[in-house]
Order: sequence, then structure tokens, then C-alpha cells
Amino acid sequence: MEKFVKLTGIAVPLDRPNVDTDAIIPKQFLKSIKRSGFGPNLFDEWRYLDVGEPGKDNSNRPLNPDFVLNQPRYAGASVLLARENFGCGSSREHAPWALEDYGFRAIIAPSFADIFYNNCFKNGMLPIVLDAAIVDQLFRETGNNEGYKLTVDLAAKQVVTPSGQAFPFEVDEFRRHCLLNGLDDIGLTLQHSDKIKAYEERRRQAEPWLFN
Amino acid sequence: MSTQTLYDKLWQSHVVYEEPNGATLLYIDRHLVHEVTSPQAFEGLKIARRQPWRVKSVLAVPDHNVPTDHRDEGIKDPVSRLQVETLDQNCADFGITEFKMNDQRQGIVHVIGPEQGATLPGMTVVCGDSHTSTHGAFGALAHGIGTSEVEHVLATQCLVQKKSKAMLVKVDGQLGAGVSAKDVALSIIGKIGTAGGTGYAIEFAGSAIRGLSMEGRMTLCNMAIEGGARAGMVAVDETTIDYVKGRPYAPQGEQWDKAVAYWRTLVSDEGARFDAVVELKAGDIQPQVTWGTSPEMVVPVGAKVPDPAAEADPVKRTGMEHALKYMGLQANTPISEIAIDKVFIGSCTNSRIEDLRAAAAVAKGRTVAANVKLAMVVPGSGLVKAQAEAEGLDKVFLDAGFEWRDPGCSMCLAMNADRLEPGERCASTSNRNFEGRQGPGGRTHLVSPAMAAAAAVTGHFVDVRTLA
Repeated sequence: MEKFVKLTGIAVPLDRPNVDTDAIIPKQFLKSIKRSGFGPNLFDEWRYLDVGEPGKDNSNRPLNPDFVLNQPRYAGASVLLARENFGCGSSREHAPWALEDYGFRAIIAPSFADIFYNNCFKNGMLPIVLDAAIVDQLFRETGNNEGYKLTVDLAAKQVVTPSGQAFPFEVDEFRRHCLLNGLDDIGLTLQHSDKIKAYEERRRQAEPWLFN
Repeated sequence: MSTQTLYDKLWQSHVVYEEPNGATLLYIDRHLVHEVTSPQAFEGLKIARRQPWRVKSVLAVPDHNVPTDHRDEGIKDPVSRLQVETLDQNCADFGITEFKMNDQRQGIVHVIGPEQGATLPGMTVVCGDSHTSTHGAFGALAHGIGTSEVEHVLATQCLVQKKSKAMLVKVDGQLGAGVSAKDVALSIIGKIGTAGGTGYAIEFAGSAIRGLSMEGRMTLCNMAIEGGARAGMVAVDETTIDYVKGRPYAPQGEQWDKAVAYWRTLVSDEGARFDAVVELKAGDIQPQVTWGTSPEMVVPVGAKVPDPAAEADPVKRTGMEHALKYMGLQANTPISEIAIDKVFIGSCTNSRIEDLRAAAAVAKGRTVAANVKLAMVVPGSGLVKAQAEAEGLDKVFLDAGFEWRDPGCSMCLAMNADRLEPGERCASTSNRNFEGRQGPGGRTHLVSPAMAAAAAVTGHFVDVRTLA
């Protein structure tokens, strides 16, 4: 997994509450057996005016000029500003894969859905919860200032605006540690193999039917 | 020892190891696998040269991509076919039990787990699918995971977790005739909102919940995720034990007695503390219909489409306006005046035998309305289908003009050929009314099986209780 330490990048405001993972990456693209290549179909139904299908050449498709990601001023954005309950619905990890493949590395919102939030950390992507009032301010500043960049500093646990205003955020220490160091958590868990085996043995005695 | 909630008990009995920082290694008893969220996990195992930790804990089934008709012809879409074949190959490579597409035991993963007794009280159950919350109906701790975690569980039999907060949703009283578990679920989501349960594990309790069958409890726990809670659960009682008894994967003989004695302890202790409590009166719950693009956008069938102008919160108001535009609806339209194009009875929420019986009872002796282009019934598994046919339900549906299909996820998410065309409006017993969920541009209204059948035979939404 790629490390995440600190990032400065263009922020793009996606002004909708309850953005679900079906909207982030529609179901027809879930038929892929790969982990990569989902970026061109991120937000497919909002981003394009026609219907996307796997295998279709996305470079020739008509873009929806009203969709925020299609506005030239946000080209190359790596920080997504979102509203509450971002990533609700399906558990598809294709959602963070698509966001990451597009170029996003951090998402800032007042709240996230649990499964999506968890999936982000497995993919070098940092979801940041800030107060709704602060997110509102970032939405305003992003909209009013072309080229507006945010600095996301996981080491210092803060988001810094171009004017130097810093907003601290909370993040679970274990997840922070894994992300800062790009650690594969399967390897970490397997360091506890003896404990897993001992636990299994206890359960096998108490609840043998689980091991039939 | 202090009093414990059911969630406390399930959590505590699965802790392998706790880091000083609170991160917990939680043991997983049952891992259900389907074709959409597993290929990248199996690929990860192969690249790292890892083997599944306990292969017998895994049960696999293709459900999302499978066709619901002409199965003998195979899967026509080559991309879908490759995904199903990849699951077959991965299961063969690792020695995992799989119910393949043409096995009678095949079906929607959240239907077959309980049906086989592969889901048992006291278990931790995971699957790369958010509707894994369904299995909590058995007094199990069950939740959806992403593909990285699918790989993690395959490799280690564990997940690194942090304990959620506990919410009690209590529904007391008697549900009215024509009011089902689906209406209870939608009412709860309408009350707490689609993010109301975020960060919580929900226990559903109260006399109305006790009165539900296992099918009803599964419907309710299935929808916990639509209220934001990864896990929903119901305490074990006689209904639970009766359902499990005799199923293929259930313990037998001496082990059965021992298991039942343990399972009976899987209830919240008297006076156990919850972080949040929500109460509903069963008698107040009416048949529900969603009008928007989030399950929280729901009203009783006798109500009107809400008016964004009456919403004070600007973010919510904008969301409502977006939803009405997408749904092609005007504020203040009576729900009963909304005409439909298609009907879908199925999904991991409502495709079990009781659901089909409820829909058939409405369809019996009636005919699908002329303006309805397609009304389809998709049983949750091959065994549900066989049971329904043994009861003659297939005849009832076919006589009324419904299509009677083979089991799978089907038009709940339209990964196979079953889908809405742009602008089509559907009465659906599924769980999500998100934009494009049932097909790009499709418009979904979530309802119970009885309400879906009522909409099919009248051509518009109607209070099923008024159909004598």
C-alpha cells in the first residue's frame, strides 16, 4: 500500500449529501476482476451525458459540463470536499479504487459511512472528518478561489488552507500508523498467528459445532 | 459481572487480541463469498502465496451476475461470465465449497447462508457485501466488508476492528394487517435517517420484533445498513432455534443440545446499557413507499410527496430538489397517484418464502395492470423457488401475468440483464432507491412484497389494506 504522509493539492467541492457508492462507481463496472482502471468511470452517471459500459472508450464520451469534476479549474484535483454521509450504501471497495485511480488521495466531509471509511484506509486514501461549519467554509473558499489548494498533513493531523489557517482532525492511531508507513495489515495480523490458533482451540472446545 | 448487551456478548466472545490502542483482532466464524467482491482478494492471496486460514469457514455462491432466465444457455454477457468463472476457478483452486449457478442450493448469498444453517446464533459472519447485516437476525454479529478485508479474513480468519456503539431500536405492540417487516424497516430509517445508525450496531427488540418470523427479522436486519449501521441484530428465542433446527450445516445430537443451551444466553441482559435508544409503536406503522433517492426519503402510502420548500436545512432542501427532479415527481402529489412501469419482487431483503406468500396472496385472482410493462418475481434461492412451486405460488403469479424467474440479485442492482430503462418507474421490494441503482436513469420506489404486488395489479401505488 502507498504511504500517506502529507499532500498539497487542488480541492474540488462535490455539493451533495449522502453520496452513495453506486454513484461513485456504478454497478456495471463492478464486473471487472481487477483492482485498477476504475478512474475514468468515477461518478460515471453524473460525469457523462451517455450511459457508460465496461470496455467503452471513455475518451470520446460526451461530458456533462455542469458536473463539478468536469470544470477545467478543478483539473488534477487530489482532495475531494464532500457533504455528510459520504460513501453510504454498498460495501464495494471499487469506490475508493475509483477515487484513487482518478487521482484523489484525501476526502474531507462532515461524516462518512462506516464501511466506505474503513475501505479508504486499505487503499492509501485518507478520509477526514471536520465539523460541518468548517467544511462549509472550505466549500465557500474553494468555490471563490480558482486554484485553491489544501494541504493535508497526516503526520501533524491537520488540514491547512492557503491562508495558513489550520484545522486539526482526529484519526485512529492504528490506521494512522498503517497509512503513514504504508503497512500491509495482513502481515501485521499474521504476526499474531499463535494467538489466533490458541483462540481457535478454546472455541473448538466450547463450541465444537463451529468447526464441523 | 456487569450487565451486557447482546452486542457486548458477541463482541467479547470473538476477541482474539486487543492492542493497547483499542484496535481489536476479532475472530470470524463464517465467511460468505460472492463473485463481485472476491476476485481481487483471491488474486491478492495468490500473489502473496497465502492459503485460506480455515477453508471450511468459507461458503461461496455466484448471485449478482447470474441470469434469471434461460440458465441452460449460460451467461451471455462475457464480462459477467468471466466474473462467475473466476469465482468457480478460485473456489476450485483453494478447495472452497461453492454452490454453482445450476446447483439447486444456489441463490442470493444472504438467503442461502441462513437457509443452509451456515449462519448460526453466536457467530461472527462477514461477506464482501453491505447486506451481510441480514445474518444478525440469528443473534449473530454480521457485517459487510470491503475486498481488502475479504482477503484479510481469508488469510487470517480475523479482522482488525474497533467496537461500535450500541443502539436499541424498540418496537412494541402489534403490527396491523398488511404491515410487514419491510414497513417497520423503512419507518425506522425514516425516523433515524440514512446516517442515523452510523457508528452503531443496532439491536432490534420489543414485542413487535419478537412477533416477527425469521424471514421478517432478516428483512429488518438487512436494512440496518440503509440506516447507516453496519450490523443489526435480534436476540435469540424459540423462533430462532426452531428455524435453525435440522438445517444442513446446523449441529446435531449432543452438539445441538449444547449449542441451544449456549444460544439461549444470546440476549441483552435486563438493564443493559445502550448508547442510544429509539422507540416506535407498532400500531402507528403504516405501509411505506419511498419517494426519493435515499431510503430515508419515505412516507406512508396515504401521504403526499413532500415539498422541499417546507425544509429549513438548505443542504437537505437541495438534496430533496435533486431527488424530485431525478424521480420525475412534483411536490405534494399523493403517493397513490404515482403510476408505475415495472415491478420487482425479490432481493436479499424480500425474496424468501414468506415474502412470496405475501405477494401471491395479493396477486391471487387479479391481473397485472395494462400499464405495467413487466412484473417479475425472483425467488431468493433454488430451494425457495422449489418450496414456492410446491405451494403453487408460481401458478398464482403466472396466472396474474407476473414472470417467474430463477434466483439471484437480479434487478435489485441490475448487474445482470434485468434492469430499468432510463425514466422507468419501479415498485421494488429491494433495499436501495439510489440514482441508477436499478439501471441508469431508473426510478425506484421501495415497498414491501404485498405493496409491490398491489402496485402491480392496480398500476399505481395503493394501500394494500384497501384491496379486499
